[in-house]
Amino acid sequence: MSAEQGSGSRIVSWTGRFRERSLKALPPEKLLPETQPSYVASWIYVFGMGSIAALGYVIVSGCVLALNGPAWYHVSAFGHFINSTHLWSVELFFMFMVIHLWGKFWMASWRGGRALTWITGVLAFVVSIVTAFTGYLLQTNFDSEWIAFQAKDALNAVGVGAWFNVANLGQILMWHIVLLPLAVGAVVVLHVLLVRAHGVVPPLEAAETDSQLRNLQLRDAAGTLETGEGDLS
Amino acid sequence: MVAQGIFLGWGQFTIQLGNLIVIIAMVVLFVLALLLPFPGGRGRR
Repeated sequence: MSAEQGSGSRIVSWTGRFRERSLKALPPEKLLPETQPSYVASWIYVFGMGSIAALGYVIVSGCVLALNGPAWYHVSAFGHFINSTHLWSVELFFMFMVIHLWGKFWMASWRGGRALTWITGVLAFVVSIVTAFTGYLLQTNFDSEWIAFQAKDALNAVGVGAWFNVANLGQILMWHIVLLPLAVGAVVVLHVLLVRAHGVVPPLEAAETDSQLRNLQLRDAAGTLETGEGDLS
Repeated sequence: MVAQGIFLGWGQFTIQLGNLIVIIAMVVLFVLALLLPFPGGRGRR
């Protein structure tokens, strides 16, 4: 039930164990580092942060739209402007995220025990696409009506149409402004925490500088020695 | 009314001009990110 703490005091509850595990996985100097490896000084490493900045504006502009409502953002000039910036920040978010994806794909960024970082990136991309699609359904015009009636056929074909009804404006509004932003936010936070915990992946030609890759290679080498694998004698 | 948009087509393949511009912009940004030097990048350890 209890475990010994480094300082000598005892941990008696789940909060203490959670704190200890969190600090071990992500100590403060890893969570908020002051320096990065030299290979991070490249434009290709900028697009992850660009995606987060665009997502930040998407959320802020979405909050402004939610505060004032459709009668404001469809009718007033300023409301229309904020509505348009909400759309264009989503465009930027996806552009930066796709360039980030290309960069990381050709960098094989799942190396060095970073598979979960890669998987959460894929999840963030997929959940963001669903969130953006529900945004198209909230334009309250013929365009959104057309998109909803095309999408319902696909959703009915996979068997979820009765529950996730794209022609139900109220339900789709709730998904778009509550559930899906929470999901995107949670996945993005987890993705960033994993990047902090495992460090930024190095380019292929700088693999030997990465401690996680070196540790894995050493572990593999130790495993090979133990099992006698590769022993020709 | 919403404008129809400009569509480009080559045989079976069609694409809206706006979508094509976004895709080209992404490819250009990706290539520039690989080629352009990062300010203050030199001399770092």
